[in-house]
Amino acid sequence: MKPLRIHGLTKEYRIGFSRRSVLALDHLDLEIDEGEVFGFLGHNGAGKTTTIKLLMGLVYPTAGEAWILDRSIRDVGVKQSIGFLPESPFFYEYLTAEEFLTFYGQLFGIGGVTLTKKIDELLELVSMTDARRRPLRKFSKGMLQRIGIAQALINDPKLVILDEPMSGLDPVGRRDVRDIILRLKQEGKTIFFSSHILPDVEMICDRIAVLVKGRLKAVGTVQELAGASSVTSIELVAQDVSESTVAGIQDWGATATRRGHHILIKLEDDKRVNDVIERIIRQNGRIVSLTPHKQSLEEFFLTESGMNRI
Amino acid sequence: MNRMFAIASNTFKENLRDKILYNLVFFGLLLIGGSVLLGSLAIGEQGKIIKDLGLASINVFGILIAIFVGIGLVSKEIEKRTIYTIIAKPIPRYQFLLGRYSGLVLTLVVNIAIMTIGFFATLMLAGIGFDGGLLKAIAMIVLELLLIVAVAVMFSTFTTPTLSATFTLAIYVIGHMTEDLQVLANKLENPVISWTFNALYYGLPNLGYFNVKGEAVHGSPISMNYLLLTTSYGIAYTALLMIAASLIFQRRDFK
Repeated sequence: MKPLRIHGLTKEYRIGFSRRSVLALDHLDLEIDEGEVFGFLGHNGAGKTTTIKLLMGLVYPTAGEAWILDRSIRDVGVKQSIGFLPESPFFYEYLTAEEFLTFYGQLFGIGGVTLTKKIDELLELVSMTDARRRPLRKFSKGMLQRIGIAQALINDPKLVILDEPMSGLDPVGRRDVRDIILRLKQEGKTIFFSSHILPDVEMICDRIAVLVKGRLKAVGTVQELAGASSVTSIELVAQDVSESTVAGIQDWGATATRRGHHILIKLEDDKRVNDVIERIIRQNGRIVSLTPHKQSLEEFFLTESGMNRI
Repeated sequence: MNRMFAIASNTFKENLRDKILYNLVFFGLLLIGGSVLLGSLAIGEQGKIIKDLGLASINVFGILIAIFVGIGLVSKEIEKRTIYTIIAKPIPRYQFLLGRYSGLVLTLVVNIAIMTIGFFATLMLAGIGFDGGLLKAIAMIVLELLLIVAVAVMFSTFTTPTLSATFTLAIYVIGHMTEDLQVLANKLENPVISWTFNALYYGLPNLGYFNVKGEAVHGSPISMNYLLLTTSYGIAYTALLMIAASLIFQRRDFK
C-alpha cells in the first residue's frame, strides 16, 4: 500500500474576467513509498502548493486522480490519516495553544483523556509547553509554525504533508523543523513536504521531485540528483596556518585571504581539497570549516530543460 | 455530528471574544434603558413608547449582529486562510458551514436573551409590568434573524464581505416591502415588468410576516396558528438557503 499515488493530476485555473486559463499543474505522476521523507522542489509558482491543495481537497482537479493510502482523495474520510500544515499558516488567533489543539483534535473525533495526553505530548515535541495557555495572537512566526506542526500531528497521521514548513524561519527555527521531520521519520511516518530551500531538502530527504512550471522534471534519490549537480567552488576556513603553507596552497590555484587569525581559502573545484587539508594539518594548522558551493538542483534542471531562458 | 458541534462551539467562542459584539449589545441595552426618558415626555403613553423602542432596539441590533457577523462567518475564514486547515480535516464541507451557522445562531440567541432581560427589567422599573405578548414578538424577531443569517452566509460563500453585506441588507429591506411589489405588479400594464415583480414577490423572503411588534405593543391578539405558520415558513426558507449555500460551498476552490 503506497501512502501516496498521483496519476495524471492536472489543475487549470481560470483567472480574471476574460476567464484566461492558466495551467498550474500539468499531468503530474508521482508515487511515494512508505516511511520516506519526500521533498517536493520548485520555484514559487511551480505548482507545489497547487498539488498539495489538490491532495487536501481545497481545490478540485481538472483531470487526473490521486490516492492516499489507497483511498481516493475525493473521499473525505481519507483525511483521517493525514496531517497537514499549509504554507505560512494562519490560525484562530483568539484561541490559546491548548484550546486550538483541542478544537482540531475534536475535528478528528478525538476527545477526553486521549486528546489531553496527545496535546501534552505534542506541546513537548514542539517545545511549547510553556506557551500552552497563551493566545496564538501573541505567537512569533516560528512559534506559529511549530504549533502548526503540532496540529498536523494531533491525529497521529500516517502521511504528513507540509507546505513550505521552513520558509520564513530563522536558522534555529529551520533546524527545529528539520529535527521534527527526522523524528517523525523514525516513528515510521511518511513525510511529503514542499520547499524551495535546497540545503534543507538535501539534508533530510530520501527522495525528491523537481517541479518546473507545473511539470515534473525529475524524481530520484538525493544522491542520484545531487550527484548530477556539480560543485562550483569550495570555501575552507583554517587557523594557525604559516605563510609558507599559504604560498604552497596558492600554487595549486587557490586564493587565500587572511581575516585575523583565520584564513579563507577558496578552491575552484574539489580535486585538491584533500591535499590542502592534509597540508594544513601536517603543519599544525586547524580546519575551522569547509563549505562546498554547489549549483542548486533547481538551477541544474532549469538549465537542463532550457527553461531559464525566458 | 460531534465535529459540527466542535465548529459551532469554536464559532461561539470566537464571537464571545470579539469586542464589536459587546459594543452592539451595550448600545442595544442603552437604547432600551433610554426609552424610559423618552417615554416620560409623552404623558400616558409611556408604556407604549418603552415597548415600541425596546422591541425596535432588539430587532435592529439583532439584525446588525446577524449581518455583520454573518457575512464574515465564511469569508473571514477564507481571507485569513484558517479554512485551509479546517477543510483538510475529515469533516464534510456542509458540516463546517452548518457548524459555523449554528455557532452564530447560538450567539444571537444569547444576545437577544440579554437584551430581552434588559427590556423586561426596564418595563418593571418603569412600573409597567410583565407582558407575555412581547415575548411572541421577540420570538418572531429571532426567527427573522435565523433567516437573515442564512442569507448572509449564502452570499459569503461566493462573494466578498462588502458585497455580501450590501446584498444581505438589500434583501432585508426588500423583504420588508414585498407586499408593495405585489401591489405594484398588479397595477402595471407591462406584462414583462409585472411578471418580474411577481417573481420577486414569490422568490424573495417576505419578512413582513415576522413583524408582529405593532400587535404586541398594542396588545392585539397574535394567534397560535399564525405563529406556527410563520415559524414553518421561516424554517423552510432558512433550510433552502442553507442547502443552496452548501451546494455553492461544496464546489468552491480555495485558491
